[in-house]
Amino acid sequence: MSEEQIKELEIQFEARIARDEKIEPKDWMPEKYRQTHIRQMSQHAHSEIIGMLPEGNWITRAPTLRRKVALLAKVQDEAGHGLYLYSATETLGITRDELLEQLHTGKAKYSSIFNYPAISWADMGTIGWLVDGAAIINQVALCGASYGPYARAMVRICKEESFHQRQGYEILVTLMKGTQEQKDMAQDALNRFWWPSLMMFGPTDAESPHTAQSMKWKLKRKTNDDLRQQFIDQTVPQAELIGLTIPDSDLKWNKEMGHYDFGEIDWDEFWQVVKGHGPCNKERMKVRIAAHENGQWVRDAAMAYAEKQQIPA
Amino acid sequence: MKKNWPLWEVFVRSKNGLEHRHFGSLHAADAEMALENARDVYTRRNEGISIWVVESKHITATNPDNNGELFEPAKDKVYRHPTFYDLPDEIKHM
Repeated sequence: MSEEQIKELEIQFEARIARDEKIEPKDWMPEKYRQTHIRQMSQHAHSEIIGMLPEGNWITRAPTLRRKVALLAKVQDEAGHGLYLYSATETLGITRDELLEQLHTGKAKYSSIFNYPAISWADMGTIGWLVDGAAIINQVALCGASYGPYARAMVRICKEESFHQRQGYEILVTLMKGTQEQKDMAQDALNRFWWPSLMMFGPTDAESPHTAQSMKWKLKRKTNDDLRQQFIDQTVPQAELIGLTIPDSDLKWNKEMGHYDFGEIDWDEFWQVVKGHGPCNKERMKVRIAAHENGQWVRDAAMAYAEKQQIPA
Repeated sequence: MKKNWPLWEVFVRSKNGLEHRHFGSLHAADAEMALENARDVYTRRNEGISIWVVESKHITATNPDNNGELFEPAKDKVYRHPTFYDLPDEIKHM
């Protein structure tokens, strides 16, 4: 194809997106659109998979059977969400194997929030409430993404995710009605997860290199800062209602703007964690790679069995 | 040599009276495992009462590049639609 023909196709492509048409796997698309989608969608899939680790660790220690079945179902959903997203990413012409390879070698990223440890039962409440809450805000915005398979996966995920947030908040509601020790545990969890949750929306708009292009391609429907503000505005009253204190002395309601003003985010910490120096980066990767390698013989055996069944007797 | 599990397309009937609809895809070693995985991945909340799986490589699809010649001829055949035909005003329902 000549350069002019590609230019022409690109103009038609941009016009389709501007008209809110969806792009489907076999449609022509600019190479950069394909690559950017592979990057963001796989990062999203990896986050679901790694996101199982901090919570999976607590399933056997859930305080009641009710909490245990809920946590188990939530972690299973995350596996499911990872699978929806991997499949959707594969429609762009990359294999599952390549995607996993990128995760395991560190070439692909996952949400930095999962590099923080979950050290108490209150963390299960806080992760559901804040981390899933932040994820929902991101994902609702993505239900209108231009790439059909991504948008469809998002719709399905959003439907399932609201229970995740509610089960988390319910854990905190219960703790906040308990003993002083339980209340302290809940407050401590919030203190540790509040700022990392705000970082989940990514760098500020001024520092976000991909935002402009992603907005144009409808791979993003709202900017990082808008989503972060929406999250804060919605979360602060939920904290107050149950007697939790947001660990930000600069936080205050701005009547004129109709939003909460908030303090400075420690972006050095964010970049440190993204670059692999968070508290649990190495641990998460180690566990993930071991699970993959230890499962290899099972996958091979299943394949060998399937092939054997196909040979006519 | 490592062999990867093939890709399968999953179709789910959400209730009797409705058709099977494409839900997504997944990897599995064989058809039986594809059904089991589809049940876990796509029907965790009563989304279905029947599942079909078919290996993706068996699906033949049209190429969007040919959409013009394939689908556009139907656009100028307005006489295939009831509104094309003029009826006397006295006829209210037909």
